[in-house]
Amino acid sequence: MQAAEKARKPLFDGPEWTFELMETARDAIEEIALGDLGLDVYPNQIEIISAEQMLDAYSCVGLPLMYQHWSFGKHFARDEALYRTGRQGLAYEIVINSNPCISYNMEENTMAMQTLVMAHAAFGHNHFFKNNYLFQQWTDAAGIHDYLAFAKNYIAACEERYGPCAVEEVLDAAHALQSQGVFRYGRPPKPTTEELVAMQKVREGYESGQSVLDIWTDTTLGRDKLELVEDADFSARRKQMNLPQENVLYFLEKHSPVLEAWQCELLRIVRMLAQYLYPQKQTKVMNEGCATFVHYYIINKLYGQGQITEGAYMEMMHSHTNVVLQPEFDDPRFSGLNPYALGFAMMQDIRRICQDPTDEDREWFPDFAGDPDWRKVMRDAWANYRDESFIQQFLSPHLIRKFKLFTLTNDADLPNLVVSQIHNRAGYKAIRRDLAKQYDLAYLEPDIQVTDADLRGDRELKLTHTVRDGIHLDEEDQEEVLKHLRRLWGYDVSLDAVETACEN
Amino acid sequence: MHHFIDRRANPKGKSLGNRQRFLRRARENIKERVDQSVRGKSIQSGSGVQDEGEKVTIPTRGLKEPRFFHSSKGGLRRHVLPGNKDFVVGDTIKRPDGGAGEGGRKASEDGDGADEFSFTLTQEEYLEILFEGLELPDLVEKATVETETIGTRRAGLTTAGTPNNLNLVRTMRNSLGRRIALQRPTTKSQRDLEEQIAELEALEERSPPQEAFLAELQKKLEGILRKRKVVGYIDPLDLRYDTFVPEKIRNSRAVVFCLMDVSGSMQEREKDLAKRFFLLLHLFLERCYEHTELVFVRHTHHAQEVDEETFFYARETGGTIVSTALEKMKEIIEERYPPDEWNIYGAQASDGENFGNDSVRCKNLLLNDLLPVSQFYAYVEIVDEAAEMLLNNPEAGEDLWQNYREVKGQAQHFEMQRVSQPGHIYPIFREFFLPKVKGAQNAGS
Repeated sequence: MQAAEKARKPLFDGPEWTFELMETARDAIEEIALGDLGLDVYPNQIEIISAEQMLDAYSCVGLPLMYQHWSFGKHFARDEALYRTGRQGLAYEIVINSNPCISYNMEENTMAMQTLVMAHAAFGHNHFFKNNYLFQQWTDAAGIHDYLAFAKNYIAACEERYGPCAVEEVLDAAHALQSQGVFRYGRPPKPTTEELVAMQKVREGYESGQSVLDIWTDTTLGRDKLELVEDADFSARRKQMNLPQENVLYFLEKHSPVLEAWQCELLRIVRMLAQYLYPQKQTKVMNEGCATFVHYYIINKLYGQGQITEGAYMEMMHSHTNVVLQPEFDDPRFSGLNPYALGFAMMQDIRRICQDPTDEDREWFPDFAGDPDWRKVMRDAWANYRDESFIQQFLSPHLIRKFKLFTLTNDADLPNLVVSQIHNRAGYKAIRRDLAKQYDLAYLEPDIQVTDADLRGDRELKLTHTVRDGIHLDEEDQEEVLKHLRRLWGYDVSLDAVETACEN
Repeated sequence: MHHFIDRRANPKGKSLGNRQRFLRRARENIKERVDQSVRGKSIQSGSGVQDEGEKVTIPTRGLKEPRFFHSSKGGLRRHVLPGNKDFVVGDTIKRPDGGAGEGGRKASEDGDGADEFSFTLTQEEYLEILFEGLELPDLVEKATVETETIGTRRAGLTTAGTPNNLNLVRTMRNSLGRRIALQRPTTKSQRDLEEQIAELEALEERSPPQEAFLAELQKKLEGILRKRKVVGYIDPLDLRYDTFVPEKIRNSRAVVFCLMDVSGSMQEREKDLAKRFFLLLHLFLERCYEHTELVFVRHTHHAQEVDEETFFYARETGGTIVSTALEKMKEIIEERYPPDEWNIYGAQASDGENFGNDSVRCKNLLLNDLLPVSQFYAYVEIVDEAAEMLLNNPEAGEDLWQNYREVKGQAQHFEMQRVSQPGHIYPIFREFFLPKVKGAQNAGS
């Protein structure tokens, strides 16, 4: 009786936040998040930071610890200039995929915003990080802090030992190849920091011994092998070096004839971080959709229970509405599909299909239309999909109509753009497929693979760009990246474009 | 288990290391722009650099972070867009200008498409780049002999004080408030009443009602007069006095005398070079002193103190007598800048011409009057670009140059150089302020 009465009292009244208030708000949110929605989260570590610290975090891709590099300074200078001139606001929060899950809240936030942000980041994103299969399989939430600390210290030590310029040169080159530094299909190993340091020591020792051995074996023992037929040689190389290899940084780390052990370690750091961030690039819509849905549900629930005042509720809804705004394509504010808007709408739509399905929904989603437990359906979706497959599976005709989606085809061979699909019965499937493709990183990012490198021959590193739909690489940047590549490889590097037939 | 952490108190500048690396990387570009920005500036009004820092825009070359990414042109692409109004399948739309489909190049290319990159250098960083490796001569020495004088500072209001400190505004404000509150009759109401009474009294015969009215008015007037007496116009209660407290004032002040020959031989080019020279000196000093002032003295055959605009841009004809400017400087120092309160710097620019044997007079003025009270005195002679011989040979030169060379021999804090083009200003200016040991070497070579 008493407890019920207490629950009906507003958690806070007024804009100022204090740690005590945040504590109570967090407890109330947790009750709904875990008890009602059935979320499963890492322990939360909520940190209050100032605007400058937020800018700091921005420039370092949101990670709490980062090695030092001029490009982060450049991003900081740009963000700061934008922020100071009022052309860009700052995020209310940043959340990190780690265990415990760290979220940064801005000190400028009002108490209402802090509540919203906690529901969004500390529970929404947190649940997604912990449960989505990509994050589970590809990232090590418990080890990331240790790894970042290791990376920072290691790079600082290298700068001291080899000079900042030498380190910068390698990092510049590695950054240029960051997108080519991830395994898209094979699974990376998950060593701990202690192991990493130990492994790195072993590697250093082994490789310095190895290089001497290489010369010896090459000149004395390897001679007769060279006599073999070219083709056999080629396939032996392919087998030995795991070719073709999509992870260019990995390949360079293992096989570059000129890189020293510490330089390989730098490449490794860059590609490990690229790999760690890769799932986030693949789940923008789902991640934001999940977090936005969670905060929306929790806020409404709290308001329903009388735990949030009307004023605070209005403030939260105002912010929520801004976040999920989707300008139409001819609106001057339009800058692509807003992942918050699309994600949130899809989550709401799944709930609607479970609770109040139409005949159309039953036809399109026989698996879960009318499912009494919408919470479970949604948790399954969050756990087992990424943006591309999620859209492919869950985008409903209802939503396509609501967003009035249409496909515009831009074929360089035709004089005009053509509207190829609109939101009608004939177009739903195609629009869904086209949109899913728009979120497929394997399609968005150029497909570049190492195809050959004859270490005993001319040592030319051969890369192949598989051209899809006649879309080539940007030439200016391509040249710049190749220069970096030559620096890392030490010998000639060639990049061939291979066209595949335009699929229609 | 969860917890909250307050990180706000963490040390600032976590990204300082990144910023330093960035500035180092972009140094060439930034330096170019900083040099340019110096040119367009007024020495005085902009006072060189704003406190909040200096905005610079640099080209992105050298700062590019190249990536492999798809070209925005060519090929076959499909874009799914929201907000279809009346399109049906098969509608065609004119390709937007530039040929690129919208959204072809994703935002994730981190805005590198722009050719220019703007950001703000802090004042420190700006000056650091501008005065790389420079050092103020004898700064330490003078910093320790900064004089202190006792001054006064306003410290609010009191109710007691001497009449000369009476704060009229506050006093009258109190008085007005009190008069309104206590309903003091105005002078006008008293006058009106008196007039009415006079009118009635002027009548030779008054009817009884008039008599009664007069009596009433007189009574009323009496009341008003009494009240005006009781509620004074100004009451001791209203009085407010300013108070002052004595305070020690440090003299971290510097004055820069810019002396320039403006006779006909000084053309745009010469003046432009001189301006840069003065600007750099002022910028540098401003960094070291809390307060710096500029005095512009121009001269032909007579000297005048003028404002900056006139100094650089007004035309004047006449002969050339350099000593008049030095006389003027001496005069101004005596009038306004006592050397025990001011750090005095002199900067003189000329084309090296002087009248008759005036140069000896200049030497004596400098040695006897000006150099003993100055921190530093710099002379630049602006010569013709063709005058290779003069540039390379410090021994050759006209009267003024020769006499100044003698001055240099006798005074440590006197420097002289020849310049012929903007490129010379920087290195030569730097030489002026090199640490003493090196400076001596340069002078000797």
